[in-house]
Amino acid sequence: MNIVACVKQVPDTEALIKVKPDGSGIDEGGIKWVMNPYDEYAVEEALKLKEAKGGEVTIVTVGPARAIESIRTALAMGAEKGIHISDPALDNADAYNTAAALAAAIKGVNPDIIYCGMRAIDDDNGQVGSVLAELLGLPQVTVVTKIDYEEGKIKAVKPIEGAQLLIESPLPCVVTAQKGLNEPRYASLPGIMKAKKKPVDVKDAAALGVSVAPKSKVAKMTPPPERAPGKIIAGDDPAAKAAELVRLLREEAKVI
Amino acid sequence: MAKGVWIVAEQRDGALRKVSFEIASAARKLADELGVEVCAVLLGSGVEGLAPELGKYGVDKVYVADDAAFAQYTTDAYAAAVAKVVKENDGAILLLGASVQGKDLSSRLVGALATGMASDCVELGIADGKLLAKRPMYAGKCFGEVVTDVTPQMASLRPNVFAVVENAKAGEVVKFDAGLDAGALKTKVLEVQKDASGKVDLTEADKIVSGGRGMKGPENYTILEELAGVIGATVGASRASVDAGWRPQSDQVGQTGKVVSPNLYVACGISGAIQHLAGMSSSKYIVAINKDPEAPIFAKADYGIVDDLFKVVPEITNAAKKIM
Repeated sequence: MNIVACVKQVPDTEALIKVKPDGSGIDEGGIKWVMNPYDEYAVEEALKLKEAKGGEVTIVTVGPARAIESIRTALAMGAEKGIHISDPALDNADAYNTAAALAAAIKGVNPDIIYCGMRAIDDDNGQVGSVLAELLGLPQVTVVTKIDYEEGKIKAVKPIEGAQLLIESPLPCVVTAQKGLNEPRYASLPGIMKAKKKPVDVKDAAALGVSVAPKSKVAKMTPPPERAPGKIIAGDDPAAKAAELVRLLREEAKVI
Repeated sequence: MAKGVWIVAEQRDGALRKVSFEIASAARKLADELGVEVCAVLLGSGVEGLAPELGKYGVDKVYVADDAAFAQYTTDAYAAAVAKVVKENDGAILLLGASVQGKDLSSRLVGALATGMASDCVELGIADGKLLAKRPMYAGKCFGEVVTDVTPQMASLRPNVFAVVENAKAGEVVKFDAGLDAGALKTKVLEVQKDASGKVDLTEADKIVSGGRGMKGPENYTILEELAGVIGATVGASRASVDAGWRPQSDQVGQTGKVVSPNLYVACGISGAIQHLAGMSSSKYIVAINKDPEAPIFAKADYGIVDDLFKVVPEITNAAKKIM
């Protein structure tokens, strides 16, 4: 099978995010970059499918030069090859342009299935997988926590508010991964050594024939509103403190 | 010239969901500022009777496609129908809920309509005749103001953030042909397994009582469930307690879990790792209960109690019982 997993390099979840004074973006100084956690589930699922059914896993990313590290991580986990779409015009690209670039790169792979993370934890957009599916004319099953593979189709579990759906989709399709789908493996040391020799094809927007004119943009970024300092309810008696909290929640905050 | 503020109304099992009224109310406000109509797209099977309800929250026209193929939401059928009717009517702005269904549908529509979208917005406005959408990024570690240069300008709205405002309009029904080719529909919903507990999803909950590592084990969550039962809250969890296997993954609040916006968030035995704070800091009121006075959660909390949660939480439940 031709299996594709799309990944994005993002700041580590522990990173403190500071907005540049002019609001044009975040200050990237001192940030540790990692593979988007939801994409780790996508890569793991791709590798598990390859191990069960045979085939090859291709990792695709859009991002600046440093983003190749996330491809190498996935190659070290066991993927075969990578495609790195690297073009300054696509840095911070909107979902449509990101997906268009991915679609152009993936078409040549002729995939049987494509995995993405359900969202990237930096922009929190959660759009790319679905736009990619639309642009490739493929069905999608998003935010998936379990997949069973059958001949030419999958059956996937998707949690919704207050229920779980069992969805069937023919292959090829796009699946976006939610936490719980699997336990991503760590890259082994031999895996890391091997990954260095695996092929990564680097392409820019022109080579892929995609437009980079943005549909939408983040015009300004701002830090979150400051919260006023709170009240610590003093005292030694748990019951008295609890009663005071309930009084405050009712009379002051008016939330209960 | 693109016109009108459009929304996709969400219904399930023949009833409109609350998020539909939130989007309708937000759309009305934008439409009044622009001096245009609010149009809603309503898809389903036997749902035409729901149109007047949308009118109550400011919808002028409800475009209804009633078809057995819409009985259960599927991306294929819904995206095709919404894209068709919005394109045909050249909608200027298109709003959906950032519910599970809304996220799936809206992101597919971004592709189908070749446009841009601000996901999971918490504030909307108009600037120079265009939609200006404010949204948390990095799970709330910062905010971005998104402008879309093509139409329809799209936004999905975080549930439970936008006020429901009554503003009666005609809610006139316009039937439309979704032009569905049943043979082209690829995905099928084979089974819907309902959660028997009837608990409100964290993303839509008005109140959340959440437990972390300080809960010490899965059995102790009963004290949180008791409190939640009394005040009408949903129980959540930190990543530490989900990774420990104490709570299901669907309960996780934080940067790699659910980002929540309740009116009240009670954090019990949660120290307040940056990833957790990111996921809940847009809660209106935060209560922290933790033994450690240095826990970072207290810096975010409106009300804090430094004490053993196993002593305090049952007392809160008792005190709340008396007034509820």
